[in-house]
Amino acid sequence: MGVPSTTVSTVADGAGPALPASLADTIRDDAALRRFLHGLPGVDQVGLEQRVAGLATRSIKKAAKLWAIDTAIRMVDLTTLEGADTPGKVRSLCAKARRPDPERPEVPQVAAVCVYPDLVEVAVAELAGTNIGIASVATAFPSGRASRGVKLADTRYAVAAGATEVDMVIDRGAFLSGRYGEVFDEIVAVRQACGEAHLKVILETGELATYDNVRRASWLALLAGADFIKTSTGKVSPAATLPVTHLMLQAVRDWREQTGQVRGVKPAGGIRTTKDAIRYLVAVHEVAGPAWLHPDRFRFGASSLLNDLLMQRRTQLEGHYSGPDYVTVD
Amino acid sequence: MTDNVWEYAPAPESREIANLKPNYRMFVGGEFVDGTGEPLKSVNPATEEVLAEVATAAPSDVDRAVAAARKAYDELWGRMPGAERAKYLFRIARLIQERSRELAVLESLDNGKPIKESRDVDIPTAAAHFFHHAGWADKLAYAGYGPEPRPVGVAGQVIPWNFPLLMAAWKIAPALACGNTLVLKPAETTPLTALVLAEILQQAELPPGVVNILPGAGDVGAQLVQHSGIDKVAFTGSTEVGKEIQRSLAGTGKRLTLELGGKAANVVFDDAPLDQAVEGIVNGIFFNQGHVCCAGSRLLVQESVADELLEKLRYRVSTLRLGDPLDKNTDVGAINSKAQLEKIRELTASGDAEGAERWTSPCPVPEKGFFFAPTVFSNVHQAMRIAREEIFGPVLSVLTFRTPTEAVTKANNTPYGLSAGVWTEKGSRIFWLAERMRAGVVWANTFNRFDPSAPFGGYQESGFGREGGRAGLEAYLDV
Repeated sequence: MGVPSTTVSTVADGAGPALPASLADTIRDDAALRRFLHGLPGVDQVGLEQRVAGLATRSIKKAAKLWAIDTAIRMVDLTTLEGADTPGKVRSLCAKARRPDPERPEVPQVAAVCVYPDLVEVAVAELAGTNIGIASVATAFPSGRASRGVKLADTRYAVAAGATEVDMVIDRGAFLSGRYGEVFDEIVAVRQACGEAHLKVILETGELATYDNVRRASWLALLAGADFIKTSTGKVSPAATLPVTHLMLQAVRDWREQTGQVRGVKPAGGIRTTKDAIRYLVAVHEVAGPAWLHPDRFRFGASSLLNDLLMQRRTQLEGHYSGPDYVTVD
Repeated sequence: MTDNVWEYAPAPESREIANLKPNYRMFVGGEFVDGTGEPLKSVNPATEEVLAEVATAAPSDVDRAVAAARKAYDELWGRMPGAERAKYLFRIARLIQERSRELAVLESLDNGKPIKESRDVDIPTAAAHFFHHAGWADKLAYAGYGPEPRPVGVAGQVIPWNFPLLMAAWKIAPALACGNTLVLKPAETTPLTALVLAEILQQAELPPGVVNILPGAGDVGAQLVQHSGIDKVAFTGSTEVGKEIQRSLAGTGKRLTLELGGKAANVVFDDAPLDQAVEGIVNGIFFNQGHVCCAGSRLLVQESVADELLEKLRYRVSTLRLGDPLDKNTDVGAINSKAQLEKIRELTASGDAEGAERWTSPCPVPEKGFFFAPTVFSNVHQAMRIAREEIFGPVLSVLTFRTPTEAVTKANNTPYGLSAGVWTEKGSRIFWLAERMRAGVVWANTFNRFDPSAPFGGYQESGFGREGGRAGLEAYLDV
């Protein structure tokens, strides 16, 4: 410990799609990476929050609302991440994922279920034959406080059990003490351990504290080959917020401008209502662009959000509110 | 890119809320009265339909209104203790809040500005001005103008069409707080909310004659400011008219404050928070369709980040939603009048002719009504008309600079001097620049923020005198 890694893994190691020449240099070594991240434009807190508050006043009605609700359902990573999780709990979650509203078979399925690694095989069995993804948290979730070897073993275990998506956490301690190369190397190593599985990199923005840090961590994860950048574990308060998600959406948009590659964003934790979800979708639409309004590019990490979406969907179609007794509690 | 995957459904605010009436009358001596001038028709600029017929004043009406204001001043308002005046102002502020939806919808109908701005900016800020000045009314002795500052007398106030109710509040609140009475002339194209404010004054039981409101065109304004019964003139509007007023008042002993045009520079350094700078630029020039005297109409950007910034700016501007001002999702509404639209077209044509590069937002533009799509001119030079003249529309002129000194020189190279913006993460540079900027307001890492406690006003051809804050009281006190 204390000795910074002198060489950062390069893309040639198989970290992901090739970087354009302008960015390839930024991951040459620790110093280059630090210079690049610290050279990103700053974020003005007041200005960002003002813009976010302005966008949150968008009024989404009628057909636009119904479209938003269905799109949000298709973007949900239906999640259970409790110490008390059991195979039974995961099985009922999977049933919900397959048929969110049993009385309305036309309701789309969710994007994925998200569980701890030891429950992946239960979800795999339940979701066989569907297009629903199986996401597993890994890398000593949620704190990330374990040795590299343990984190990689955790990842390989989840993938071997059948996870199609891996949600890893970054080493916030290393990030906050400026050891960016270490964080980068770890993401690259996890990415390799993922094989074919998609990699979502959790920044845990609630612990990064400043918007400048969120921007740096976003770029760091994108450079290291993250398919998605994700706000939070859901175990730290604040979890996902609109300004943080806004900032991450700007990062993936800027990333595409520079590299032509499309990466996704996943806010997770604290998004419970349809109203919240629509505000996020408005940000996706107007900040990143309409191309991101797709489950391949935007996800909600949530558990209770789905039921509110289902209730609001019924309200839209039936013209009246029916209440929580008419959706299944799983 | 897949456009239009998510078309927002129309979300219009109901126009019923405006409580629109077919006729509006002048407000003199506490009563709504017929005017003897030719009635004017107020038009909805978004649809070109006539909204209402409004009585206007003839010279005899101006006499009557000034006499009512004088009587109220001599007999009551000028002698009333500040604490008593404050009660009326607080009441007016609260009534504006209570009727804010009605006022917002009416303002958007009459002016063309998007409902989200009238709802979230104009009306709340108008109420805030009354609250702020209500607080001053009994504390004038502590404002720094001596132990017992006296009011000036009767004020004649002429306001523009870009923020109809808000400008009325900026004029009326300090005048009343300081113990003056007044006659106010709202703009010819936007008289309606001022006349609803008159209803609110009645509701607040403001004594008759303290505030009189005379709709009409420029001739009524000219009669008002030249009237011998007026002690003080306050004008917000064009530099051209401001100069005429100043000329006509020379030697009369009347006090005068002018808040006129502007051609503000928004200066973006290479270390700026770029995404927020883009927001500030957009807010600076596309807020209220650019009908803002302090609009950031000239973007001065450091050459080293110009391309990157412009690319981000164009994308952001292309997301602005132009259209029905009453739709809650509209970002840019209608140009206030045909005349103004023509002026914008004429000036932008000069930009093309002089070799600037025009970029227009690809947003759809309604066929009916006065609309102008957000436009950005790059490759603009100081010599061009679009860099020197006030366009007063959603048109941004982009110039570049290389060094901080060049930025200041170019920013100050204008006969105007109302506002400026500076964008940098370096605090010392903000102060360095603000010190050198000849502008009444310098915003740092933000733009177009208004607060009743912050004095607002200009240099040179942008006028003189301040409105708001402690400094703004001076215009209405005999000091």
